[in-house]
Parts: sequence; C-alpha cells; structure tokens
Amino acid sequence: MTSFRLEKGGLIDRAASLSFSFDGKGFTGHPGDTLASALIANGVHLMGRSFKYHRPRGVISAGSSEPNALVELREGARQEANTRATMIELYEGLVAKSQNRWPSLAFDVGAINSLAASMFVAGFYYKTFMWPKSFWEKIYEPLIRRAAGLGSAAKEADPDKYEKAYAHGDLLVIGSGPAGLMAALTAARLGARVILADEGTRLGGSLLFENEEIDGKSGLDWANSAIAELASMPNVTLMPRTTVFGWYDGNIFGAVERVNDHVLAPSPYEPRQRYWRVIAKRAVLAVGAEERPIVFGGNDVPGVMLASAMRAYANRYAAAAGKAAVVFTNNDSGYRTARDMRTHGVRVEVIVDSRADSRVEAGGVPVIRGRKIVDVKGGKGVAGIELDDHMHIGCDTVAMSGGWSPIVNLACHRGARPKWDATIAGFVPPDTGESFVAAGSAAGRMLLSECLADGAAKGGGKPSDAPKCRDETYAIKALWWVKESKTKAFVDYQNDVSVKDLPLAAREGYSDIELVKRYTTTGMATDQGKLGNVNAIAILAEATGKTIEQVGTTTFRPYYTPVAFGAFAGPFVGRHFQPTRKTPLSDWAEEQGAVFVETGLWMRSSWFPRADEDWLASATREVLATRSGVGICDVSTLGKIDVQGKDAGAFLDKLYCNTFSTLPVGKARYGLMLREDGIVFDDGTTSRLADDHFLMTTTTANAARVMSHMEFCHQALWPDLDVQYVSVTEQWGQMAVAGPRSRATLQKIVDGVTLNDETVPYMAAKELTILGGIPARLFRISFSGEHAYELAVPADYANMAARALMQAGEEFGIVPYGVEALSIMRIEKGHVAGGELNGTTTAADLGLGKMMSTKKDYIGRMMAMREGLTDANRQCVVGIRPFHRSDRLRSGSHFLKRGDAPSIANDQGYITSVAFSPMLGQWVGLALLANGRARIGEMVKIFDGLRGIHQYGVICEPMHFDRENARLHA
Amino acid sequence: MLIKCPHCGARPVEEYTFLGDARPQRPTSNDPSTMEQWFDYVYLRDNPKGRFDEYVQHSGGCRAWLVVSRNTATHEIHGTVTARDWTKSRQGAKA
Repeated sequence: MTSFRLEKGGLIDRAASLSFSFDGKGFTGHPGDTLASALIANGVHLMGRSFKYHRPRGVISAGSSEPNALVELREGARQEANTRATMIELYEGLVAKSQNRWPSLAFDVGAINSLAASMFVAGFYYKTFMWPKSFWEKIYEPLIRRAAGLGSAAKEADPDKYEKAYAHGDLLVIGSGPAGLMAALTAARLGARVILADEGTRLGGSLLFENEEIDGKSGLDWANSAIAELASMPNVTLMPRTTVFGWYDGNIFGAVERVNDHVLAPSPYEPRQRYWRVIAKRAVLAVGAEERPIVFGGNDVPGVMLASAMRAYANRYAAAAGKAAVVFTNNDSGYRTARDMRTHGVRVEVIVDSRADSRVEAGGVPVIRGRKIVDVKGGKGVAGIELDDHMHIGCDTVAMSGGWSPIVNLACHRGARPKWDATIAGFVPPDTGESFVAAGSAAGRMLLSECLADGAAKGGGKPSDAPKCRDETYAIKALWWVKESKTKAFVDYQNDVSVKDLPLAAREGYSDIELVKRYTTTGMATDQGKLGNVNAIAILAEATGKTIEQVGTTTFRPYYTPVAFGAFAGPFVGRHFQPTRKTPLSDWAEEQGAVFVETGLWMRSSWFPRADEDWLASATREVLATRSGVGICDVSTLGKIDVQGKDAGAFLDKLYCNTFSTLPVGKARYGLMLREDGIVFDDGTTSRLADDHFLMTTTTANAARVMSHMEFCHQALWPDLDVQYVSVTEQWGQMAVAGPRSRATLQKIVDGVTLNDETVPYMAAKELTILGGIPARLFRISFSGEHAYELAVPADYANMAARALMQAGEEFGIVPYGVEALSIMRIEKGHVAGGELNGTTTAADLGLGKMMSTKKDYIGRMMAMREGLTDANRQCVVGIRPFHRSDRLRSGSHFLKRGDAPSIANDQGYITSVAFSPMLGQWVGLALLANGRARIGEMVKIFDGLRGIHQYGVICEPMHFDRENARLHA
Repeated sequence: MLIKCPHCGARPVEEYTFLGDARPQRPTSNDPSTMEQWFDYVYLRDNPKGRFDEYVQHSGGCRAWLVVSRNTATHEIHGTVTARDWTKSRQGAKA
C-alpha cells in the first residue's frame, strides 16, 4: 500500500509506532495521530456508508463536526457506536469498525438504494411506510432499523467508571485558538482565576495546523509559549480533551472531559470520562468557526473534504489527502490549502475559485476564476472533476471551502437566535450580555490580528495588548450550491439530504426551517448539521423567495456533541443508583429467614417462609400463629417525628383533622391528616410523652412528604408557633408484638413493671426500660386487631430486643411475621392503608368522617366541606366477599350492578385491597363503592376485563373479623 | 441554575424542591362565606411572564422553606428570603 505519510513535519512522534485495526485489517500510525489521520496516511479514505443510500463516504473534516467517518470503536463491553474517527486519538491496539454496511464496506448490498433514490426523497419515512398500518411493527420498522441504522452499542454493561465534578472560576475560556489563548493569558495575567477548556487533545486550536506568524515566531511556537505560561500560573486550570457542551442558567456550563478515551482501557483507579459543571462569573466563547462544504455534484465522494481539513491533515498530522489535489473555493481561505499542500510537495492541479474577480496569492498554483465544479468523478475515491464549462481535470482529492460559520451554538443555548452577517456570509452569536461573550472567529472576526485583539479585549485587557502578527486576506462571495450540477449534491452528509430535497419539502408545504429539519432530516443525528445547516438555510431561502435572515436557524440546544450516557450517570449506577435502606431489625429478620421486599428505598421483611412454603402459605401460617399465640413484626419503616415545644399540641391540631392538644400525657391517638384540598393525605398514631412533647408516626410511603409538609406549614403558614420537630425514623427500631400472648411475652423483658390494663391500658404510650436498662417506649396499639403492642428501642438495640422477644415468646410459639401477614390482618380488620388512602378519598369515604373536628381550623377543613366531597353518592370504603366462597378476589376489579354491561357509565367502584383470610378461610377484600354504606348486603357483579374475571360478590362491612373487637381488649 | 439560600449560600438547583406560587395567602376564617377565598387560595394560580415568587424548599440542604423570586422568562433570580420572613412581613403588612 502506498504511504500518504509526508516525510517531514506534523505534530506526530515518528520515533514511536502504534498498531491498530480498521475493519479487521492491520495498520500503523504514530502518537499524535487521530484514527482519521492515520487512515489517511495509510491511503484509506473510505470510512463509512451513508445513511439512506449507502453511498461510500470518506472523512470530510478534521474535527468534531465530522458527519461521515463514524465508527464503532473498541470491542466487547467497551464498544462505542458513532464515534468520530476525527476525534479518536490513536493508541496501541485500537480496534474500529465501519458502520452501516453489509456485508462489507467495499461491497454493500444497501447501495442498491441509490438506484431507488426516488423512494428516498424528503419525507420518505412518512410517504413510503404508511400503508398498510399493520406492517409497521413487524415489517417496516425492523427493516428501516437494519438498513438505516447507525452503529450498534455494546450489549454488555459498561465496565468503566465515570465521575462528576464542579469547577469554579472568574473566567471560563472555551476554545484555545488565537482568541482563546489571548483571552486566557490576558485575564490570567490580571490575576483572574481562569479555566481554559478545549475539545482537542492538545491546546492551540487552529494554531496547531495553520501557518501563522505571531510575535515574530510561528503560530505554533507562540501558542506553545502561551500555554507554557498559562500552565505555570497557579490561578489557571487547563482542560484539554474537554468539550463544553451546554450553557445553562446562572452562567453554568456543562462539559465532559475525556480522561481516558485515548487508551485501550482506563486504569482501575481512573474514570473514563468526567462530567463537569463549570460555574464561571464570566465566560468567553472562543471556539472559532466551522468551514462549510460547497454543495455540488459528487461532493460526497471519498477524497472530497474541507479545505481546512486537508491542510490540517497535512500540517498537523503529516498525512496527505492525495497525490494530486484540486481546491474549490468561494473565499480566500481555500488558497491556504493550495499553498500548504504545495509546500508539502503534493501536486495541486488547480484552484477553482467561483469568484470571477478574486486576487489572492496562489503560491504558484494555477487558478481558474469564475468557474465551478459540477461533478466529481469516481465511486470509492476521487478520479477527477468536471467544471461547468465541461473541462475535465484529473485528481485524487478535492478540497472545498464554502466559507466559514462562526460556531454560535453555546451562545444560543438559552434561547437567543444568532444574527446574520452578510459580510462574512455567516451567522454570528446574539448579544448574550456581559457574562458570556464571543471572541475571535466565533464572533465573526476573520483575521488573525482581529482574533488576537478581540481575545485580549474579552479577557479584560486592551486590544493593543495583543502581539503583532501576519494576516492573511479574507473575502467571500457566497456560493451555496452549484446549480449546474446534474448528479447528486449533498447538503447534509449524515442524513443523505441532497439539494433537491429542500425545495421539494418547501413545495409540499414544509417551508418553515424547523419543519424542513424534521421533514428532510437535515441537521439531525449525531452532527446536528454543523456543516450543512447554513447551506440548507440558504438553499431553502432561495426556494421560498425569502432572505436567509427570514428563514433563520433551527433551535440550538445542548449537547454540542454527543455525550455518553455513562457521563450523565456518573458514579450513580448499580448499587450506587440509590441508597438501600435497611431497618434496624434487618439482621434479626435475616436470621429468621425473611424474604425482603423493596418498599421505596426500604427493604422490608415480607414473609418468613419455613421449608418450601410459598408467600401465601407462609403468611397464612404467620397470621394463624399470631392470632393464636404471639407474633413479632418489624414496623421500623413507619415515619417517626419527634415534636416538641410549647405549641406542639396546637401545631398538631393544625396538621390533623382531629385534635391532639387534648390528648393526655401517656396516651396514643390515631390521627388523620388531610391535604388542603380536603383529600386524605396520611394517617398514623401520635403519642404524648410530655405536655410539650409528642411522637408522631406516619405511613412508610409518606414519611418524607409529611416532614416537608410540616416544615411548610410551620414556616410558611404559622411561623409564630413555638414548636420544633425532627425525624427520628432511623433512630428507633420498632416492632409490633401482637397476639393473645403478647403481654406475657413482653412481661419477660420489661424492667420493673407489671404489664396490665392499669399500668399499660389500651392506647397507652409508656417510657420504660427493658433487658436491664435499655431505654424503650411501649405503645399499646394494634393494627392486627389483636391485643398488641409496639415496642420501640434505640436503633442499635433493636436486633437484641427482637432476639430477646423471640426467646421470651418461645413457649407461646412466637413467630416473626412480615408485611404480607400484617396486611392480611389489617384487611381482616378493615383498617384502611395505601390502597384506600389513594389520593382520591376523603375522611368520610374512609368511614372516618367523625374524626373531622368542627371546633378548630386545620389543613383541609374548608375544602373538605365542598359539595362534591360530601356527596352521599361518593365511593366509600366497604368490605367485599365473593358470592361463591371459593372464588378468589383480585384488587383492581370493578363493580357493576347486576345485569349491567361493563362500561365507564355503569362503573360502581373497585376493589382496593384483597387477602386470603386464614381466619375465615376465604378471600376477603376492601373496596370503594358508590354510596357503599347504604348497600351492605347487596350482590354486585365483579368485573376485571384484564384478567377476564366475571363473578359475583356481596358487599359487607369493612371489618371482616372480630367485629366486636373482643380480641383487642382480651 | 444556582439559588442562593439565605442560610447556605449559592447552591445548585438540584438541592431544592419547588412547590409553586408563594403569593396566595391562606385565609384565616373557616366561615362558609369565605369559600371563594379558599378556592382561590387552593386552586387559582397566575402564570406570569416575568418576576414570580415561588415557594422552594432547600430539601437537600438546611430544609428551610424559601421564597425565591425568579424571572420566568430569563430564569434570573432576583432574590431569596425565608418563607418565615416572607410570611411574617406579609402578616405585619396586613396588621
């Protein structure tokens, strides 16, 4: 294979050699190469196939705007799709594959799409795959995905780490070319804390590949000394390989640093990428300008590239794009490529300048003025060109320059639109205020001296602070597309949008630029139209008889370039995705063989199977053992809030619909909390431990919300109340001890108290000690309907207390029971829980209307009085049992009157909670039923269309078991 | 976005939880004739373009409820006070 590596020059380390493979074939390159430059040096231009037509494509750019040379980088778990070969730093052992081709890059069956090009015009997705509708899912979609897909992602989990970090500074400079370096240098010399970020491997921007002269030395030498000076200053942070991808509120910038993308695998102690949030008092946008392609026939043949890219490959990477080049330009900058290539010994056949009257130093290269290229000959490589006067010229590479577009993206991320500047034929950034300003060519300054002076000024100095330099001339006469071209001319390479698609979209009614984007796909996908958009806007302007300003741009949004999901996730993956909350009793529960269930972040013990019991058998046994002897259940997840202060009682009166200020010390009371709109919010028992000291409990699910609600009510509504409160959920382990032998069991571990109805009566809340001095709180409350207690101990004693209870209850056949058994017992007793407190029910709906005080103001009081919330026909809580005793009930099933057909109009309500009652030997449930309390005894139809259930049930009282509450007081 | 908490200083927006419009004031009467006022307080909200006062809790910080004055069009933060001070000053203004 011929080498296209130039003999001298370039910022590559020729002493070292790196092996890599592309599509399974081995190559070598040098440190300092990108994958693209190394392939070019090896004579490889064909790097991919296009999206729709599967046309052979080569590299167009030498930077992050690259639309064509997208590859699958690495293999296995580290495989990364759609990675720009122009941004991949070469490393030893690099493996890359081309995309979107089958069976091979050189011979691709999909290329037949080119022959059916009429099918793939603008809006082809909408036009072609419309009918029949049933074909979508099974035929069209998989077909499109296979044929038109980009690269494929790794199937395995990402093995690498990602980090998140913040950076703060006085000035963030984005881009390290002439303007950026000058701005950073000026600000840093004035003592500002400066952060200089650049997406490139090396700082220096265009100075890394342009032949410039600054301060009497080469542009590169000047850049190197500026960077060295910056690096030596303690107030400067240099961030190469860092793409600033977005500008956000508060002058916050998002950036991603590619810490280890340039090695085969990161060291185990380093991240692959770091996601930065940069908070800067001021920022300078010095990201330069992007060269535009010209739209002409065959402008996508591999070997046709941007003029600046061609000289970047030659000057920076010592890689020649060919042996015989042609330059096609509408502005002065294209001439630099001709001169530089000639200096490197590459033959430059001709400069084709579309302007008839240009006068630019061509360095001895012949110039044809006032002519255009109409076609590029060749398929997988350039064979020659044809001009609009039918002249044919042989060549193997074409450099094109359609002018420069300032890279305005970041300046537009917060909604402002760029402005059109006819002099440079490009959009320039909008005025974004003092805290974010553009400098240099990003601001439309096209001369080096202007860029340096602008950088100095934006860095806080004077324009005259900038060093002297040699300027190239710059002038442009817009040429958006070559109308004389007969062959396919591409506007957007990545999406295969040709010049004909834009007027077609306009003719079909999609003439707004945002619609054109979606209809033709111009400016979509990974490059977001960095190269093609301005050409597309100009072509559309002409097709619709508007000016470019009138057409305007599409919306610029983050991210400037694609950001890996891993970078967003940072370290918060796997078990670090969210915390796991274990209760203080989890060791004990594990010892007892608990099966845990995730409830929010909590791991709750759900049931305690013995041998090969399933959940139902286990829960049934746990219920029977508890109701006949004693059971112990972890209830630590309930929210516990300690409320203290002179006004604690008054505060609780405001929060709850019932009254707590009248609660005697040493007693507990069930409370119901409403939302301000009158709907039930939460419930739980609250105990009074002293005059000015209450202990509230909340449901597990609402613990955090209730806390926040209390803080709001106190701070925003009643700031004068003298009350303090704090969550003590995690400080206490709490267990329910339930069953006829609960008292006898507890008696063995409490210190110095004889438990009876005098010392610990029903609804008592008592502070005492257990096991010889462990502080504890004992509440005689019951959710199970049994004679029961809840025992709370400081969290660190919880396992010990539970183990002691297990031992104490052994003679009574004590069992641990989980949330399943707890739930069965509460349904047997008709106690409402999450299924009924579902954000739609009022206190009255739950049968708790009498709790609503009429003697005080409280949250929700007024709105609960509204007509709709007091309507007798509202759905309220009832019990439900199947008509056939052996039928199983399912929650979510709806009720119909007998004889009614299922319809929303006929809906009578639905089942909210079901359980197999071990005590009754059948399924029972709780339900919400319209006017339910008047319908006890009614037979209803139970309908569940999803499960195909049609059965009958009988409405009953919610309390299914022990309606006299005899067991509670036993 | 950064919000300046009166207690903790400028902190990122992720530490805060938004509730909504801080301007409606909770009526003090439970008389049925005040139902309209209650309805306004619970349900009616303006959606202004420009300066807007919102209840925000510094839930990932000191947990204080704040009133943040923000421009809904530009996201500029004009100022932050604690809900306690906001309410007390409004109660004082009324009295």
